[in-house]
This record gives sequence, C-alpha cells and structure tokens, in this order.
Amino acid sequence: MPGWSKTGFPVQSLLGFVLVGLLLLTVGVAQFWTPYGPLAIDLNAPLAPPSWRHWFGTDEFGRDVLSRAMAGARISVGIGCATVSCAITAGALLGTLAGFLRGWTDRVLMTINDALLAFPGMLLALGFIAVFAGGEGAIVLALSVAYLPSVVRVVRSVVLSIREREYVEASRVMGNSSAYSMLRHVVPNALPQVAVLATNLFGWVVLSESALSFLGVGIPAPAPSWGNMLAAARPYLASAAWLTIAPGACVMATLLGVNWLSDTLLERLRPGSRS
Amino acid sequence: MSAAPVLVMDRVSLEAPGAGLARPVLQDFSLLLERGELIALVGESGSGKSMAARAILQLLPPGVRQCGGRILFAGTDLAVLPPAQLRAVRGAQIGLVMQEPMVSLNPAMTIYRQLEEGLRLHRELSPGERYTACHEMLARVGIPDPPRCLSAFPHEFSGGQRQRIMLASVMLLRPKLLIADEPTTALDTLNQREVLDLIVALAREAGVAVMLITHNLALVGRYAQRVVVLEKGRIVETGAARAVLESPQHEYTRTLVASLPRRAPPRDRFSAPTRELLTVTDLRVKAPQRKDAAHSTVWAVDGVSLKVRPAEILAVVGGSGSGKTTLGRAILGLIPRAAGEIELEGIDPLTTDRRQRAAFRRATQLIFQDPYASLDPRMRVLDIVGEPLRHVRELTTGERRSRAEEMLEEVGLRGLAARFPRELSGGQRQRVAIARAVVARPKFVVADEPVSALDATIQSQVLALFRRLQRQYGFASLFITHELGVVEQIADRVIVMQRGRIVEEGAVAAVFDHPQAAYTRELLEATPTIPVVSSSTQVCVDVD
Amino acid sequence: MNRAARMGRYLGRRALLAVPTLLLVAVFVFGLIRMLPGDPAQIMLGDVADPTSLAAMRHYLGLDRPLPLQFLTWLGHAAKADLGRSIATGEPVATLILERFAVTASIVLSAVFIATLLAVVGGLLAAWRQSRPIDALIVGLASLGLATPSFWLGLMLLLIFGVHLRWLPVVGYVPLRESFAVGLSYLVLPVATLVIVESGTLIRTLRAGAIEVLGREYIMHARAKGVPERQVLYRHVLPNAFAPTLTLVGLTLGHLLGGAAVIETVFNLPGLGRLIVDSVLARDYPVVQGCLLFTATVYVAVNLVTDLLYPLFDPRVTAT
Repeated sequence: MPGWSKTGFPVQSLLGFVLVGLLLLTVGVAQFWTPYGPLAIDLNAPLAPPSWRHWFGTDEFGRDVLSRAMAGARISVGIGCATVSCAITAGALLGTLAGFLRGWTDRVLMTINDALLAFPGMLLALGFIAVFAGGEGAIVLALSVAYLPSVVRVVRSVVLSIREREYVEASRVMGNSSAYSMLRHVVPNALPQVAVLATNLFGWVVLSESALSFLGVGIPAPAPSWGNMLAAARPYLASAAWLTIAPGACVMATLLGVNWLSDTLLERLRPGSRS
Repeated sequence: MSAAPVLVMDRVSLEAPGAGLARPVLQDFSLLLERGELIALVGESGSGKSMAARAILQLLPPGVRQCGGRILFAGTDLAVLPPAQLRAVRGAQIGLVMQEPMVSLNPAMTIYRQLEEGLRLHRELSPGERYTACHEMLARVGIPDPPRCLSAFPHEFSGGQRQRIMLASVMLLRPKLLIADEPTTALDTLNQREVLDLIVALAREAGVAVMLITHNLALVGRYAQRVVVLEKGRIVETGAARAVLESPQHEYTRTLVASLPRRAPPRDRFSAPTRELLTVTDLRVKAPQRKDAAHSTVWAVDGVSLKVRPAEILAVVGGSGSGKTTLGRAILGLIPRAAGEIELEGIDPLTTDRRQRAAFRRATQLIFQDPYASLDPRMRVLDIVGEPLRHVRELTTGERRSRAEEMLEEVGLRGLAARFPRELSGGQRQRVAIARAVVARPKFVVADEPVSALDATIQSQVLALFRRLQRQYGFASLFITHELGVVEQIADRVIVMQRGRIVEEGAVAAVFDHPQAAYTRELLEATPTIPVVSSSTQVCVDVD
Repeated sequence: MNRAARMGRYLGRRALLAVPTLLLVAVFVFGLIRMLPGDPAQIMLGDVADPTSLAAMRHYLGLDRPLPLQFLTWLGHAAKADLGRSIATGEPVATLILERFAVTASIVLSAVFIATLLAVVGGLLAAWRQSRPIDALIVGLASLGLATPSFWLGLMLLLIFGVHLRWLPVVGYVPLRESFAVGLSYLVLPVATLVIVESGTLIRTLRAGAIEVLGREYIMHARAKGVPERQVLYRHVLPNAFAPTLTLVGLTLGHLLGGAAVIETVFNLPGLGRLIVDSVLARDYPVVQGCLLFTATVYVAVNLVTDLLYPLFDPRVTAT
C-alpha cells in the first residue's frame, strides 16, 4: 500500500483522525441518546426535507434520518469491530503458522485458503447467510469467513519476509525454539503491517455490510443500517434526494477516514530507514 | 588535438535542503581531468563522492541541488544545457557504471534491448550493424557465447558478468568520459581485479578519461594516476596517486592509509592443545538449484574435511560461489547436508537428541555479514546482547543483565544500552552483534564476512575488537572472508576454497608466502596492496 | 533448458496447482448446500414437489449411495454442464448462468479495461511527479474513488445524469446485439460507476510500484544513457512496476465477474450477481449452487491467465 510522502499532506492524517473520531463519538453517543428514536414513526411529517427540526430530513414513515443514521453507525461499527477481531485473530494465527512453519502445514493451509479465496467475498457471505439465516451474528460469521482468506494471505507473506531476515536466523542459532522465535521476533515485527491491515479491513467490512443490507440480505428493516436505508430510498431518488445522500455520505466518510488513518499508520510504523 | 581538459569542475557545491538549514553535501569541489587520464575519487560513505559523479550528469536525487560552481565538460557548462542536448551528452559523451550489478540492469528487458537502446538513441546504424556492434563488444568484455547472452535476461548472470555487460553497454557508445562509481565493491577479489583491468584496458584503447570513485585505497594505488581524497564533502588532499599513498599529508588520508589491511608480522602463536574441538569429515552440501546445470547435482560444498582446535581461528577464503558461506551454515546445522560428518565436542548439530542439540547451540554462535539485518529492529541493544543468556541456566535475571551490560562495555558501547539498532551506525551494530555472539562464552564462533560491509577505518577497529575478545575468552572461530588482508590480521590457519573444494590449507604465513595452488596464487595477485612505507625500500607498484 | 521449455514448465505447474483448488471449491459448494436441514431432494425441488419428481430427484442426486459417491455424481453432472433446473423458472441452470454472465461480463470487462488504462496513466504520472500538486490530486481522487460505495455512486450518477440532466436512460438493459447505440447508452453509467470505484486501488497500487522502481539503479542508468523521460517511464518503469498491479487486476476481474450484484441491482441489469441474490432470497438452491461453482471456476481461470501474463513483466518467475 502506498504511503504519503512525509513532506506533503499531513492534512490527510488530520482529516483521518477527525473523521474516525467523529464516528466513534457518534457511536458512543448513540448508545444513550439520539435526537429522536430511530424507530419512532411520525406520520405527520413524512418525507420532510432537511430543516432545523430534522437535520437530515425524515423518511417515508416520518422517522428522523439523523437518528437512524446514528443508530446505523452503531450497528455498522459493531459488526465491523466484531468481524475484524474474528478475522484478524484467526487469520493471523493461521497465517503465522503457515508462514513460519512452512512444509506440509503451509501447503495444506494455503490450498484450502486459495479455494476459499476463489469465492468472491460477497458470494461467500451470501452463501453463508443463505444457509445460516439472517441477523447480526450470521453477518459477522459470514463476513469473517469471507475475509479470512485475504487476512491469512497477507499475514503469511509478511511472516515469510520477516522469517528470512537474519535476526530470526540468529535467534535460531542461539538455540531458541521455533515458538519463542515466532513470538519474540516475528510477531512484534509483523504487528505494524497487521495493524494497517486491520484498519483497512474495518473499512471493507463496513462497506460490505452496507452492500449486503442494500441488497436486502443484511440487516433487516426496520432496524436502521446505512445500507438498507439506501435501499429504501431508491423509490424516492428523484423526489427526496436527501434520503439517498445522507446514508451514502456516512459510509463514504467512514471509509475515507479509515483509509487516511491507515495510510498514516503505514507511514508512522515503517521502521526507520537504513543510514 | 586540442589539449583542453575533458572535465573541469570549478568550486562545485551541493546542498541538501533540510528542515531549516541546508546540509552541505559537497563544498568547493574542484577537479581537472585530462583526456585519457584516470583519476580516483576516494572517501568513505557520506563523503559526497557519489554525489559529485551524479552532479556531472545533472542527475542529482530529488533532495540535492547544486548551489555553487560550474561543471564544464569539453568546454560546455552542463548546467545550462537544454534537456535535449543534455540527453545527447549523456551516454554518448559521458558514460556511467555503478556499484550494484544486481540492480543496474533492467530485469524485464533482454540484454540486447538494453545494449542497443543507447545505440539507437545516439548513432545512426542499421539493425544489423547494431547487433554486430553489441556482439563484438560483449566478446571484448569477456562474455562467452554472446548470442545467447543477448537474448537472455539479467537474472541469468552472476554479479561479475553483469558488471561486464554494464561496461559493454557503456563503452558501446564510445564516451569521452567514463565515471565508474564503486564498480567493483560488490564483487569478490578475483572479479574485482578482472573488471578493473578491463575498465583500464578499454579506456586506454579508446582514449577515454576515467573517474574512478572508490573507498578502497589499495585499488587507487594500483590503477590511478591522480587521486582526490574527500572527507565529509571537502577535498582534504589531492595529487599524484603514488605520492599521496606513500607520504600522505593530511591526517585523514593518513588514517585511511593506516587502516588498510596489510601484510603484518606473524601473530604470536599459542601452543594449542592437540585435541580437536571441531571435526568435519567429507562434507557435501547440495546447492539450491539456480541454473539449469547438466542434469547432475551441483554441490555447494563438495567433500570438505577440516579440523579446528580450541581457541584457534581458521579462515576460509574464496570467491563468490566457492561454497564458504554454505560451509559455515552447514557446520552449524542450519542447512541440511547430503553426506559427511560434523562433530563438535562429540555432538552432531543435526542430532535428534534434544539435550545434545541444545548443548551444541550453547557452544556455538554466528556473526552475520549485514549489520543492518542481523539485529531485531524492535529490541533494545541491551536485550539483544542479553538474549543468548536465556540458555545459561546458572544465572539469575539480575546476573544476566549485569553480564550483558559488562559485555556492552567491553565492546565500547556503554551508554547505548537503551537504544534501538536503527540509531546506531554500521560499525556500532556489528559490535553489538559481536557482543551478542560472545556474551554466553561459546566455544566456537562462525563469523560470516563480518566486516565486508563496513568502511575501511571501521573495519580495522572491529577486527581489532574481535581479536581482543578472542584472545580474552579463548573461543575458536571459523572466519569466512574474501579479503586476504583480513585473513592476515586475524587468522592462525587458512583454507582456500574454490567451487566447493579445498584447494589449499595451512598456516597463514606458509600459505601466503609459498602458495601451492594456482588459485591461491591468483587470489594473492589479485589482492591490491600498497607500497610498504619504508625509508630504504621503495616497492614499485605497477600503476600504468 | 531453453526459454520455451522453462515457460512451459512454469505454466504446467501453475495449471496443475489449480486442480486441487478447484476440487476443494467443489467440495465447499457441495458441502454448503448439504448443510441445510431437511431432505436434499425436497430442497432441490422447492415446495411444489409431487412424489414422482421427488423420487426422480432422489435418484438423480444418488441419495441412496454414500456421501462421497453423491459428491462424485454431482461433480459428474457439473462437468457435463448439467447443473439442474431452477426451482423458480424451471430453466436449466447452466443456460441461465451463461445468459446472465454475458451481461455481467460485458460491463465488467469494459470497466476493468478502462480502469487499468487509467491506472497506468494516472499511476505513472503521479509517481513521476511525486509530492507535487498533480500527485496529490491524483492520489486524492483515487482515494475518493475507492472510498465511495459503488451502490451509492451509482445512485448519485443516476440522479445527476438520468434524472436531472436526462442525458442517459435511468434503468434497464438492452442487449447490444439488438441495438448498439441504445444498448451502449444503458451501459455507460454502470461502467462509469465501476471504473470510478475500481480505478482507485489500481492507481494507488501502480503508483506505489512505480515509485519503488523509479528509485532503482537501472532507471538512473537509462537516464544516464540519455533515454528521454517518456521512454524511461514506458519502457523501463512500467514493465517492472506493473506486476503487482497485474495481480490486482486479475483479482478484481475474477471478483467482479462473479457478479457485480450491487451495480446490477442499482441499474436493474439482468446480470449474474442479481441472479445470485435473487436466488438466495428465493431459496432457489440449484441456482445458488450452480452460481457458486461457476463463479469460483471463473475466478480460478482468470488467475491462471494472470499467471500466464506475469512472466512478461517479471521474467524471474520462470527461473524457480
């Protein structure tokens, strides 16, 4: 992944922090309070354009779009964190084992991994959801399985390259066991890149979850997810454009913030260059 | 023809604008180069010598700019030339050969396409003529089977061959000036000699002026007519090569000359006990399949037997591909062997007995060549040095810590205990590596070219440190190197390897004074030495 | 061994490696469907099933035989392009898939092609002028592109070009065979959406690769030889920088050919992705199964093609 040059663009880093911070803040606040209830129907004011009373307007049931967006943030971030935790933990474990131990372990794991990779993530997720029925748990499981192969791939290649470094060989010469070398030398040096991967993964998961919800196979209505809000807004594309703009903008802002953040991480965590 | 100098650099200054003040890279650099002359530009890393070369071609890296002086090539100021004319000068008038043969050729293009590119740009030749020119040039630089070479890709050739191909590519265009920036630093001794001889011969044939940039003062003595010595961006001394080397005026030049490994009086030998510490019998190790050999196995180590006694330093010399590195790794059990026996105090490194293996590991250590890669960048220096002590059960944690601290002090790095490797210089990192190797009092240390990557002045310091510690702690060592000068400084006995076999062995003085094998003789001849400074004898070094 | 033989050996090995992957894919697909509770024959026929067709289906699936044999039976059918019939429409699944795939492929192939071109031009330019304003602009646009959810972008483009400006039709699809101009006008927006979203990562990857290559010594050599800058970029930098981007193009292509479900939903295109989603929602299991198998096979095939092209950009891979 490319990084920004050090001389330019600290703006992106700042923006990244701001956006992600805003997101987390929203999630925190939404736990306790939203301007209106996200499910609160108000048939007196359907499809109202943005105003002081409703900053993002209302939908066809008179529900406040801002409140629904905030609640949607909570759901998306929740699913994002859960999926990233599962996928990174499992993927890092498998990737490290495959990359460090090599031999048969590596070959078996990678063949299975490649087979899983052959399914476009979305499809795998759909397949899992079809079998395990909907709900947040199923979505987390489906997305974790969908992204697991990519995580394993990346972690394995990171571990492979670290493994070749001489300080790992030095550890072996010293008489350290494979387990110790892995934990003491390989893992700490792989952490930065895994952290960057985790950040990127979070963005992809949020995007995938909204896509799934948009298609109707993710979070079911009436629970608000940015994706299903967008789907519901389709009939009103021409007449009530704010219904389309708001949730999409939320997804985009999240993704932008996460991407800029991970770029910053990448730059910051790159080990000091040789003299 | 006109006697105008080919290159005139008049008080050239380069700076690298940093945060705030600009950092001077080169200051008031002046130089005159006549037609057909060979001048050497000498300095250590950071002296600015490479930047001077790039400045001539107007190819400075993005962070550096010229802030003073003029560069006149055949009378023309290169800095004011429009881009199209500058491009006409590059390649056709000034040629550049650089250090790393492994990356100086485009890996995705065939050799022919790369060679003819320059011809197509600068000369009017038909495709057939171009092909013939390339073919002839390749033959001239000593590449066997030029047609096959032309249709092949760079990765199919070794370092020495690639450097010759580079030379061919540059000389094809018959430039007036050839800039060679450390052209042989990455090559082994024999290849070094051949490539440099080739450069000199080609230059003489075509009447080309050569600017040889190097950190190796010994090469200067052999090849250059004049020399310019650079320290931290400033010229500290200049003059005829022989004169400067025999009687250096400036203190820095004197340090450089003094740090050259030279034939020293024989080391004081101790009476070693007759029992052996390490015995290797008929060792064979396969080479990982690189080239498609004639269907027979390629052996990296082909039937090597040797013995090392306690507290003895055995040097292993040879060119690239001789198998010396593989030998070291195989002895430590880091790579599998196809045949033969290895025994250190009765233990085979590949034994299945866990406790014996652990004992083997405790008794052996390895020092790597690359000081940048052998230390874990995420660990502090003190932890790095103390890591091997994990396996010394008798010590408590506190004792381990103090032992590590003592070790750091012994290598002269007290006060750097809390630093990370990236904050240290190459020489300092290598000291850390040595400290790590010695801290657990091993009996046998394999040192794999530990000083090859260091500047000359640092090299001698690190070697002295190694020698001192070896005397103090009495460990035996297998010292792998391709530089004979280093062998002289360090070793008791030496074995010479060529293509996986030992061609000669014996005490260092004996082998160097009376070499039996042809290969040993070649190596000795190829090692550039400088005249021994002595009032009565002036040893003439053939420079022209 | 000469070059041709080495290339042959490299390709042969890659092709061979694909076989166990495909087999595992088949196992997964088979297993996934069998994980569903209930009678497999019933599942395959849907709710309307009379005893005779149920019995026929049981025989066809080989349910009286052990599971591994059932798998082989199923695999045998699939190899003959017999993927069963859709519960919803009764059409043979294979035909359905191919029809839909044609639509998806026309959009995806054009989009990826254009995106790759953009990546080459934009990435090289940005790397060449690194840290200058043009670089910031290109990277900024690329980042925006890849952060934009494709479905949202599609809707926005529809809003602007379809509704407000009325330049392009809103939704629908007309096959190109019927009428080229009209069919094309329906494709512009979906392709544009895909291009904007996908070129983001491609540009960034190529830029990163080009920056790394620009720092290498052979580039300096080319310049020192007097090679004009544009030639340096296209003859020296691009071939060496392209390899990771090629891998990414292959992955993206394989991925998208599996159905750009989201795009197809937004623009109401009868593509493969839509088929999958609809059949998941409708529990049309024969179609789900057939689609999964097909898309995975396409993915493996595309990656194989990528492997074929790789040596053009990095000749070193054939050496190992």
